[in-house]
Amino acid sequence: MSDFEIKPYPELWRSLDMDVERFDKMRLMMGDMFAKSYLGQQNRPAAMAYFDNMIAEIHGGRVKELLAAKAEGRPVIGTFCVYIPEEIVLAAGGICVGLCGGSQGSVPDAEKILPRNICPMVKSAFGFKAGRICPYFQAVDFVYGETTCDAKKKCWEILDRMVPTYVMEIPQCKQPRDIALWNEEVRDFKTKVEEVAGRAITEADLAQAIKVMNGKRRALQRLNTLRHHSPSPISGKDGLLIEQIAFYDEPLRFTEKVNALCDELEERIKARLAVPGPKATRIMVAGTPMALPNWKIHNLVEGAGAVIVNEESCIGTRYFKDLVDENVTGMEAMLTALTDRYKEIDCSCFTPNDERITQVVKEFRDSGAQGIINYSLQFCHTYNIEEVRIREACEAESIPYMFIESDYSPEDLGQLQTRVEAFLEQVGG
Amino acid sequence: MYLGIDLGSRTVKMAVWDGERLLAHEIVESGFEPHRQAEKMLSAYRPTAVVATGYGRHLAADYFADSVITEIKAHAIGIAHHFPECTTLVDVGGQDSKVIALNDKGKVTTFQMNDKCAAGTGRFLEIMAGSLAFTLEEFGAEALQARQEVQINSMCTVFAESEVISMKNRGIPRRHIARAVHASVVDRLAGMLARLGYGDMVAFSGGVARNPCIVAMLTEKLPEARLVVPQLPDITGALGAALHAAKVA
Repeated sequence: MSDFEIKPYPELWRSLDMDVERFDKMRLMMGDMFAKSYLGQQNRPAAMAYFDNMIAEIHGGRVKELLAAKAEGRPVIGTFCVYIPEEIVLAAGGICVGLCGGSQGSVPDAEKILPRNICPMVKSAFGFKAGRICPYFQAVDFVYGETTCDAKKKCWEILDRMVPTYVMEIPQCKQPRDIALWNEEVRDFKTKVEEVAGRAITEADLAQAIKVMNGKRRALQRLNTLRHHSPSPISGKDGLLIEQIAFYDEPLRFTEKVNALCDELEERIKARLAVPGPKATRIMVAGTPMALPNWKIHNLVEGAGAVIVNEESCIGTRYFKDLVDENVTGMEAMLTALTDRYKEIDCSCFTPNDERITQVVKEFRDSGAQGIINYSLQFCHTYNIEEVRIREACEAESIPYMFIESDYSPEDLGQLQTRVEAFLEQVGG
Repeated sequence: MYLGIDLGSRTVKMAVWDGERLLAHEIVESGFEPHRQAEKMLSAYRPTAVVATGYGRHLAADYFADSVITEIKAHAIGIAHHFPECTTLVDVGGQDSKVIALNDKGKVTTFQMNDKCAAGTGRFLEIMAGSLAFTLEEFGAEALQARQEVQINSMCTVFAESEVISMKNRGIPRRHIARAVHASVVDRLAGMLARLGYGDMVAFSGGVARNPCIVAMLTEKLPEARLVVPQLPDITGALGAALHAAKVA
């Protein structure tokens, strides 16, 4: 249907001790999935070409950049969570990459070791390392884990046998003593990164990194605001793709490309160009992150003619809604500013977490959506249980609402399609 | 003349609506090519519009249907036709069970649907009946006569079947086991109803609404509501699709 392909780099993969034969099959499957999900969309913005190319080069071009950085002695750190203070990595000249964890393909590798009844994202991520089928996992100096959920926290102990894994403790309450703990963790993280980089982070380094990350967040905020325009100038699938790429692209280049896309979207709004059409039902998604290449819900919703206009999720607004205060000077004050920014993240691992309930309703209003689909991965207990409170808030505000609990497998697609279409009938009239 | 066709997981249902009343209806097994079955059923008619619903709705649209609606909307329209004042609907079909809330205009306001497994569906009852060597007709009638002596704990069809087999091998009479199977389905439906909330009148549609034991036990579970079953519960979705065809044509 198209000549799109995710470029093969067998030599590079071999040098990273990957299972080349198996990985090449996965590459073809993902390429096919991407072409089917994305390239058939009508009226895509021209500036999406850059992001399509980021997918085409996902297993080569970007990996080469990481290896080049490593060759210069710059640290490359893999992460799984929006709590990792990326500014510190950047300040040390390093690179932060979100690791693979959104595919059913690597789940069987994990299930050889881990229990079956745990989060699919944790299993998928673990499986990518266990099966040696993720070049990023193979390229990182170490993985920085955190304690946001039981599954991750205990898996780090086992993952550490395959790749060095360091864990930062994320508090689960927001009392002053918890914030103090978090502040210490941020400082320890800095020490760790400096150790790997072999150099100290200066005030100027950190101030510059804060500017870079804020610039990236502002670009994503700008894109999100443009998506809120009715009719929407870009599909939700494309919006999600950019939020996913945000976790592995080079920040400055990414910021520039997102801003270029936003310029184009502003022109499209003036020209009244709507994707997929002016009458499409507008849906907001809330809940657990959709890691690349998890496009399951977006494919279903947009396949039924609606458009997704906002993702309240870690791969979504939770990643970019808060900025770090740029007006502070001095290392101590900057580290405190970082702590202050990261403590605003309203992950469901916190209790109480009233801020998130308010935030979901706020994003619904801001986005001009007509209904909310709350999505939770199976066995994600905190998001699954917080669903009760999100549902109650939606009922109280008369917001049409549907909850979907799913994993990466295609076995529930038929039932989900019926549920999604029935929800769109309910919302669209 | 308007045709509604419901391509379900087990059977294809058709309803023929002339604008005022149900002229005809038909139910056949889905077979391997449900759209061919449906086309055969339609061939005797020259309808103004055909609306398809059910699992095969999009397949039907590829071949002959003018438009599609989901079975959730179709059942809601069908029930609003029979019981205009009803605000809660339970539909148990071959492959899924749903609880649907309607407003006073018969519009869907929210709904619950079982996830990906066969728990609490017609298929679950069918498999359990088979493992106890009952026909579907006998299964409900026999269970209705039995006492509640044992309990099925698993909602998973595969695990529940193992439970049934172990009960058989403990010498428990099969009608008591049948009763337990029915109770487990009713408990699940009552749970979905409690989660969504329900009104004074609860309508019950889908093929499973023909099972007298499920109806009796569900009635008992909902003492504060009146459980009503339309005359032809299995064609509620097809009728809803036909009524929708008449409305939009």
